[in-house]
Parts: sequence; C-alpha cells; structure tokens
Amino acid sequence: MKTLDTSGMSCPQPVLMTKKILDTKVDALDVTVDNKTAQESVQRFMEGAGYTVEIEQVDAKFILKARK
Amino acid sequence: MKGKWGIIIAGGAVGLSAVLLVHFGNPANMGFCIACFIRDTAGALGIHRANPVQYIRPEIIGLVLGSFIIANLNKEFSSRGGSSPFTRFILSIIVMIGALIFLGCPLRMVLRIAGGDLNAIVGLFGFVAGIFVGVLFLNKGFNLKRSYQLTKLEGYLFPSLNLGLLLLLVAAPGFLFFSESGPGAATAPILISLAAGLIVGALGQRTRLCTVGGIRDAILFRDYHLLLGLLSIFTVALLANFGFGFFKLGFEGQPIAHTDGIWNFLGMVLVGWGSVLLGGCPLRQLILAGEGNTDAAISIMGLLVGAGIAHNFGLASSAEGATGNGQVAVLIGILVLLAISWINSEFLVKKTA
Repeated sequence: MKTLDTSGMSCPQPVLMTKKILDTKVDALDVTVDNKTAQESVQRFMEGAGYTVEIEQVDAKFILKARK
Repeated sequence: MKGKWGIIIAGGAVGLSAVLLVHFGNPANMGFCIACFIRDTAGALGIHRANPVQYIRPEIIGLVLGSFIIANLNKEFSSRGGSSPFTRFILSIIVMIGALIFLGCPLRMVLRIAGGDLNAIVGLFGFVAGIFVGVLFLNKGFNLKRSYQLTKLEGYLFPSLNLGLLLLLVAAPGFLFFSESGPGAATAPILISLAAGLIVGALGQRTRLCTVGGIRDAILFRDYHLLLGLLSIFTVALLANFGFGFFKLGFEGQPIAHTDGIWNFLGMVLVGWGSVLLGGCPLRQLILAGEGNTDAAISIMGLLVGAGIAHNFGLASSAEGATGNGQVAVLIGILVLLAISWINSEFLVKKTA
C-alpha cells in the first residue's frame, strides 16, 4: 500500500506529489499532511480524481486515505 | 467558510472593499495593492526617498493581523520556516521589481481590469505566461525543500512587528516620511483601511485566497476552486466600479498606469513566475506570514527591500512608461529566475551524493 508524507512541503507540493502517485492508477494511497490547507487541497484533488477519501487526524497531522 | 461559496464570498468582499477604499480616499484602481502598499510603507520608513509614495498602509497591517487573529481562533497558527529562506528573499525582490515595472501586484492587476484599464490585460497575459513557466519547472521537480516547526516566538514576531508599525503610523514621529502629494497622500482614513485589511485578512486566511494559485491550479490540476475567488474579486469590483462611476475603459490616461505594453507584459512575467516558485502571490504571503509562516515573512521582507531597490535604482515605472534601468532589471530578473528554477528542479539537476 502506497504512502506519502508531505510534512513541511509548501503549496502546491502536497498535491503535486499526490498527483504523481495517483497518475500511476493505484487503488489505495495514504497521504500525510501537516496543515489544514494541504488537507483541503489534497482532498479536493483526490475526490476529483475519483477516489473516496477518509481522513484520520493523528496529533497535529492528517492522514488522507484515498481508496478507489 | 468552506466549499466554493466561501471563496466566492471572500473574493466578493475583497472586490467590494477595494472599491470602497478608493471611494474613501485610496488611489484610483488601488483599493488594495500589496506591492504598492509595501512600497509605500518602505517609503515611510525611509528605505527609499521617492516623495510621492511614502505612507504606512494600514491595509497591509490589517491583512497580517486579520490572518493572525483568525488563524489563532481556528488553531491553524503554526510557527514554521526554514524552506530555502534566502532564495525566497531574492525571489521576492524580483517579484516586487516586476510589480513596480507593471505598477501593480496581481490583485491590483485584477482591480485595474475591473476599472477598465486595458493595460492590465496585457499584464494579465504576462502573468499567465510567467505562471506557465513556473509550472513547467514545478513539473520538473522544482521545490524549495521542506520547512520545519520552530519556536512560537519565531511565528509571533512578524505579526508583532505589524502592531509596532501601526503604533508608528498613529504616532507619526518625525523620523518617518509621509507624502504630501501623489499616491502616498491618497489615503482612506486609518480605521477604515485597517478594518478592510482585517476583514480581507481573515477571509483570505479562511479561504486560502491566492491570485497565483487560481491560475496555477487550473493549469496544473484542472482545479478551478481558487480561480472562482479570483473571478469573484473581478466581478464584484467591476459592478462596484460601475456603481460608483469609477469605470473608464481604455489604454490611455489610466490612473497610476502606463501604456508600455511589452514592459507591462514582462513585469508581470516576473511576478507570475516568481510567485509560482514562492508558492503564493504577495497577498497569500502576507496571510501566511500572519499564520506563523516565517518563510512568508521573509518573502515580505524581500518585497520591502525590493521596493527600496526599485525606487533607489530607478527601476520603477512611471506614467511615462518603463525606465531604461527597469528594462535591464527585467532581463536580469529573468536570468536569476531561470537559474533558481533550474538548479532547484530535482529532475533537471543530478543529485549530488
């Protein structure tokens, strides 16, 4: 299962990094972001790409779980 | 304020308050201009000595503090930095120089178009072209490396500085400079400017409003969310301009503008390209700086120094057009942006062991 940690990366890196993996047509991807702005934009991108997204908050970070 | 209506309302509020600020005394087609207003503030502090543009703009202070207050209320304040700060400083100097050659930041560019200033449409083409180039490098792996959590104080310093600036504005000690004529003397009352800044700062923080992001995301991801905000700013400002009788269509005789097409275009190429590399337009940098992002605070410092350089070296345009020095600066700016873009693009440069 693919995972990606975008902590510390500034806009638009989190979405760019997510796009790179989702472009390979994976069924599942867990992306960790460390701020709400990244959470919103990554979620919007994942949903736009046809994935359902579940979000888990772990301390100050968010894990976005994209599933086909 | 989530979802597309949040950003549409935020954009509308920006557009409306911009025109209202003009009604209350700000220069024409300049209710908000992040570049011009930081330049004016630089003038007030003596960083440059261009007499017509010296004033501590409360709008800038309001934007930072509005973002700061709302971010803290929503627990989104986060002190972080360390992502190639000096590169960001240099990028911001170039963005400011480009903006002062065009005579506006991207937000003012939109407001000028909404005022009927067709020269700003030429600027828009340059802005989009610059963004395209920036996106090219993003796709080649351009990044400024990650940022890190820092001490709370680090994040509080920039908003505190702005509070200090506000005190300076109100106290107006003799060592500051205040224009007696020209755009620096065209000012809305302090409280109105501050209130407008606070409201836009808060809305901007909540909705992540960003002029560059609007076009960049449309190109990169076909995500039109931020673009909606941009269109909303334009639409509401246009309607308000009609309502107040401020709209005047044409190229000639536009307020605080020039008709030098190629330099309007190239100035905004620098702004678009540089802002993509920075990860946000000047407005977004102010909002981020209010949220504790000290990389953005360093960007604002770069804008401030860039304004000083622009006016001290004769790079800034006037109503007559771009200066010779300004034209040279554009060419140097393009070369520097190219170098920064190339060297920081991971897929273009072999990683050293």
